[in-house]
Amino acid sequence: MFFSEYLKKNIVYLDGGMGTLLQEQGLAPGEYPERWNITHPQVITKIHRDYYDAGSNVVCTNTFGANCLKFSDDELEEIVQAAIANAEAARVQSISTKEKFIALDIGPSGKLLKPLGDLDFEEAVRVFAKTVKLGVQYGADLILIETMNDSYETKAALLAAKENSTLPVLVSNAYGEDGKLMTGASPAAMVAMLEGMGADAIGANCSLGPKQLCGVAEELLENASVPVLLKPNAGLPKSVDGKTVFDVTAEDFADEVAALMKKGLRAVGGCCGTTPAYIKTLADKTVGFKPVSIVTKNKTVVSSYTHAVEFGKTPILIGERINPTGKKRFKQALMEKDLDYILSEGVRQQDKGVHILDVNVGLPDIDEAEMLKTAVCELQAIIDLPLQIDTSDITAMETALRRYNGKAMINSVNGKKESMEAIFPLVKKYGGLVVALTLDENGIPQTADGRFAIAEKILDTAAKYGIDKKDIIFDTLAMTVSADNKAALATLISLNRIKNELGCHTSLGVSNVSFGLPNRDAVNGIFFALALENGLSAAIMNPDSADMLKTYYTYKALKGLDENCAEYIAAADTFTIANAVVSEPKKTAEEFASELQRAVIKGFKEKAGEITKALLADVPPLEIVNNEIIPALNTVGIGFENKTVYLPQLLMSAEAAKSAFEIIKAFMAGEEKSAAKGIFVIATVHGDIHDIGKNIVKLLLENYGFQVVDLGKDVPPEQIAEKVAELHAPLAGLSALMTTTVPAMEKTIRLLKEKAPWCKTVVGGAVLTQEYADKIGADKYAKDAMETVRYAEMITEGGDAVC
Amino acid sequence: MNSVVLSKTYPQPPFCEREVLRYAGCKEADKEVVALMNACLQEAKDKLSYKVCYRIFSVKTEDELCDFGAFRLRSKDLAVNLKNCRRVILFAATVGIELDRLIVKYSRISPARSLMMQAIGAERVEALCDAFCADMAKETNADLRPRFSPGYGDLPLVCQKEIFSLLDCGKRIGLSLNDSLLMAPSKSVTAFIGII
Repeated sequence: MFFSEYLKKNIVYLDGGMGTLLQEQGLAPGEYPERWNITHPQVITKIHRDYYDAGSNVVCTNTFGANCLKFSDDELEEIVQAAIANAEAARVQSISTKEKFIALDIGPSGKLLKPLGDLDFEEAVRVFAKTVKLGVQYGADLILIETMNDSYETKAALLAAKENSTLPVLVSNAYGEDGKLMTGASPAAMVAMLEGMGADAIGANCSLGPKQLCGVAEELLENASVPVLLKPNAGLPKSVDGKTVFDVTAEDFADEVAALMKKGLRAVGGCCGTTPAYIKTLADKTVGFKPVSIVTKNKTVVSSYTHAVEFGKTPILIGERINPTGKKRFKQALMEKDLDYILSEGVRQQDKGVHILDVNVGLPDIDEAEMLKTAVCELQAIIDLPLQIDTSDITAMETALRRYNGKAMINSVNGKKESMEAIFPLVKKYGGLVVALTLDENGIPQTADGRFAIAEKILDTAAKYGIDKKDIIFDTLAMTVSADNKAALATLISLNRIKNELGCHTSLGVSNVSFGLPNRDAVNGIFFALALENGLSAAIMNPDSADMLKTYYTYKALKGLDENCAEYIAAADTFTIANAVVSEPKKTAEEFASELQRAVIKGFKEKAGEITKALLADVPPLEIVNNEIIPALNTVGIGFENKTVYLPQLLMSAEAAKSAFEIIKAFMAGEEKSAAKGIFVIATVHGDIHDIGKNIVKLLLENYGFQVVDLGKDVPPEQIAEKVAELHAPLAGLSALMTTTVPAMEKTIRLLKEKAPWCKTVVGGAVLTQEYADKIGADKYAKDAMETVRYAEMITEGGDAVC
Repeated sequence: MNSVVLSKTYPQPPFCEREVLRYAGCKEADKEVVALMNACLQEAKDKLSYKVCYRIFSVKTEDELCDFGAFRLRSKDLAVNLKNCRRVILFAATVGIELDRLIVKYSRISPARSLMMQAIGAERVEALCDAFCADMAKETNADLRPRFSPGYGDLPLVCQKEIFSLLDCGKRIGLSLNDSLLMAPSKSVTAFIGII
């Protein structure tokens, strides 16, 4: 019988711990247990056999850490082959009459993925793929991905399993005492992602005993439409006379797991500290247990690396500001690859309370796939909101979905054959909630009936790809009411029908409705209210719009979705202030100017921006920069050099100045760019991931008018040299924190001298000294950011090439 | 000898604001800096975890050789540090990955906050180590030598690899080592503590 068939109708008994048993048999501290497949095959076979005899249906091969980061390719193959052979021998020898399967066991790679670690996502996929292929080649019946404590690595492993085998894949994560993965994911978030990608069972193992994992198991059961598995530890390890002892007995363990089986667990076993005796006790105690049937949960969810967002409970806000359409400043940021600007737009929307971020970085002249991938990776490194990936470029869509750490919202598919053929396979492979626009080859139907018919067609086609209707959310397209006074009605009626007759969720880009009308916000706010009342689940909206927020909070308060009106009360201030007319007495330009200097010196970020905005009404931008901001920065800079101002203060001032510059930039966006003083390429060198020093230098250089091209951290020498040559940059700044990465710095300088001999190199970082800098051939050692600025000014004023 | 890796989770150790400011490079703080620090503390506080895994080994030292039974290290400075100790605690401590996210987040949008988060992390992980040491002094009922970490003196960073596999850091406390021998989460410590 195939495992997947067996799983459908039966409770599956998995095996118990391996590591603790091997230690008892003499595995030395630090020794790789996987090598014992080859050196001690009889020990491994005996353990597997004991598990089969105890009642396990599945034993997991002794390949927890068998990957090509730990072992050479040859040894890896030998290990996997021997491991499966050992399990096979046990299966033959076992006296048990139960169905018996062999699972290829895959544990974490031992490395943390980028950006917080240094293992690239695709590299992780390759690492797991190697082990998967060997498991398939040597005859495993299924794959168990286990003990993963990072959602992103779990995704890499599952993707590798799915792309390289047709075997059933069970996925199990290690949750901490807080009920979350080490990198923050809740069980519901893991279910959303893993189920979307086609995991055959989802579960939890290791870290805790069955009692402490009870909450995790329950959350998995509440959310999963696939079987849930649990392999807890035998409680917590204690040291008794130099031996590891676990504090939950086989009896208690079996009772606690059995209680959870009654709630619906379909695959059970043990992890650290459990032995064949534990499995036997569990199997004996649960003889005759009928498998609880698995109910399909009709939940429409997306997830981030921390949490799931469910549609249908309260209205969902999708922030639309990461989008260049009609935004000069955003376009400029994209052209300059200014990711910081894009990230700050994301953070700003998060602070305003949106639940999901739409990400659209499409511009005619850029490599959209690359840009979208970068934007998604950078956003998900720092913002824990689910993302809606918004592009019409299929390659870009796939690239971004692949890298997305969770279950994304996909914007969008429509009723055209071509669109469905391109998008649905991606939804099936990577998971996702797809926005379906009710239009097709014949355009957008004017009537609600026409849009409803397209929705039905889309659902039918999706079903053929195995995509459930819960993973489709319809956008019935808000059209301009000023062009057709029935437009809003058609949108509202069709979304009402889709909600009530098809039972699907809906989403709208609300603001299109008011195009061409004065005071658009007022129209949008009311239209949003009408749409909500017709069953709208989510709005793609501008969180800066007071009217939209007003509708949102008021609606929730009135519909019983806001206990004690607490959210309304908390938010009420913000949307009234945004609308209020500033009634302060008008200040003179001089008053503003001295205030701006003070704001910069004191590091008042918001204030510096506000004053600059006011000043721009009367004073030309360059005068503000030269007469106010720069003098203020100089005051602080000199204070820093004289040690009367400390680093945090210097940075706060620099940020305040930046916020003033940002206003000026937005004011001047689209105008002929004023010549920057020079281009400064900066990077943290290969192998090093410390970038705070580099970021400080960048901020200050920008303050002083340099165009800074920041290549990030861990940057290979070739990439730095290439960029400097391409831009003919007169200056390159290299940062390193560790002695071990200074050689990479030296190599970079050598390459720069060769490829860009005109370029001056400035080096800095904790381990560097003048002596070191001289030794590796740097033109300048700068002890801090101010010194870098002074040097850069000297070079560019000294008549060197200014681009 | 004892070959058990044990784990502990601690409640939040008390904050030392002066230490935070010191790590941020601030000898004197004006009220703006203090406000920044408080805002950062507020944001970081609930995102920190305090985890330690450790193992006790026997130790014999001779010149520059430290013999822990299960493994040996060559380091004169460590040998001096462990002189006259018969047992040693090897531990790894971390305040978790969430702080790294905050550091990364603010490095993109507010370097001043990023710096402050770095400083908080440095202070936190030291406070965690202090809590662990106090705990172990009580548990072993012995005096403990000062902590000695890879990278101190002549103890090479490369011994981190061995330490990680001995302590099973990944599985126990979610700590990993990158190719440059840096730890992730970054606000983490590994060290030897001699038991006198």
